Amino acid sequence: MTNKNQDLIDQRLQDFNDDGVDRRGFLKCMAWAGTGLLWTLSGGIPSSRAFAKSHGHEAGKGGDFSFVQISDSHIGFNKPANPDVTATLQTAINKISAMPHKPDFIIHTGDLSQLSKPSEFDTLDQALKGAVAKQIYFVPGEHDMLTDNGQEYLQRYGKGTKGSGWYSFDHKGVHFVGLVNVANLKAGGMGSLGHEQLEWLEADLKGRPASTPIVLFAHIPLWTIYPDWGWGTDDSEQALSYVKRFGSVTVLNGHIHQIMQKIEGKVSFHTAMSTAFPQPAPGTAPSAGPMKVPADQLQRVLGITDVNYLVSGSSLAIVDSPLGDSSSSASGSGLVVVDSLFG
Amino acid sequence: MTTKKVWVVGLATTVMIAMLLLAGTPSVTANDQPSGASADVKIDNFSFGPQTLTVSVGTTVVWTNRDDIPHTVVSTDGVFKSKVRDTDEKFSYTFTKAGTYPYFCSVHPKMTGKVVVQ
Repeated sequence: MTNKNQDLIDQRLQDFNDDGVDRRGFLKCMAWAGTGLLWTLSGGIPSSRAFAKSHGHEAGKGGDFSFVQISDSHIGFNKPANPDVTATLQTAINKISAMPHKPDFIIHTGDLSQLSKPSEFDTLDQALKGAVAKQIYFVPGEHDMLTDNGQEYLQRYGKGTKGSGWYSFDHKGVHFVGLVNVANLKAGGMGSLGHEQLEWLEADLKGRPASTPIVLFAHIPLWTIYPDWGWGTDDSEQALSYVKRFGSVTVLNGHIHQIMQKIEGKVSFHTAMSTAFPQPAPGTAPSAGPMKVPADQLQRVLGITDVNYLVSGSSLAIVDSPLGDSSSSASGSGLVVVDSLFG
Repeated sequence: MTTKKVWVVGLATTVMIAMLLLAGTPSVTANDQPSGASADVKIDNFSFGPQTLTVSVGTTVVWTNRDDIPHTVVSTDGVFKSKVRDTDEKFSYTFTKAGTYPYFCSVHPKMTGKVVVQ
């Protein structure tokens, strides 16, 4: 890379929201954290924060809470990329239980199963029974809707939801919206929310104060990461137009089995690792199929996402942790993120 | 000797022309008489190969999923629709009418293909 380009990037990294935060330092901090892509939203503006310091003593203040995102468990998958996805899901659940603070709930962002089979959902349910958080919110992935238009999924996880499984709920002042972008997909397209769901979303958000922190979660990314592999949602811009007036919007997705993040105005986008198998970075393989890594490295590319909401700064901190040893190669994921943000 | 050889070549040419003509005719006659032929489409790396397959009327097309991820084969116009096909599972459909049949994977809709039936 030329010096000129590097300068340009540095310029963009530094103070690009004029919030006094050194972006370069922030990104270094991510690399330092090793496993941890860490970012905090202060009034919708991202700033850096030393997770290790801020955690602990701030947790437990009135109204503060955390939740955990897990994704892409693919129960039933048994190919070489991970012959035992139930075991790695169990590792993820154990990791959640071992966290110093108990999350209020868990969000699963889809692809619970590999083939939408009742036995696969049974196995998932059995494993999740051992989770420290009893409340679990789901949205389906395309693998959960493979038979009968997703009836098996909807009967188990979609009670009280609308359409193909979308819904919203409030938790300690934060408004959460679970969206479904894996149903009724059209030839040649990417993910799709559809007219009915968009109308519902617009109505759901209407009348809420702009100061309400919003968390949108869905399986396929609600931002276009790589159209050639269908890593995006055709009508997500319409959905995002409804949240533009809010001061803090966090979008959590799965599907691509790797960490990616982007900050656009007051909207922060983030994708989680899978608990089952990794997928290649965009365009680095002939297809998006499961990526095989040496067995002893598998747990470094699988993981969970811990989201902390701190009332004091009305901020959300998102920390990704691999299942395996935290001093490992996950900083590599950080570099991927840097590339996707500024490359 | 020379005359006979020319005659043989002439006969062979005639036979070949007849065969070519016959090969061209099924589109006229085979609508109610399937040819029994079959053709393969392989699913590899989230794509159908060949992406455009041209067959004669009556041909049975067999799709085989060779990916580690399940796919489907769904006609865009609602003509045929497979169940979900996991690794090495097949789906077949016999085309009895001439036409162009676009299809896609309803799980990964970027995957599209076409069968042209003549």
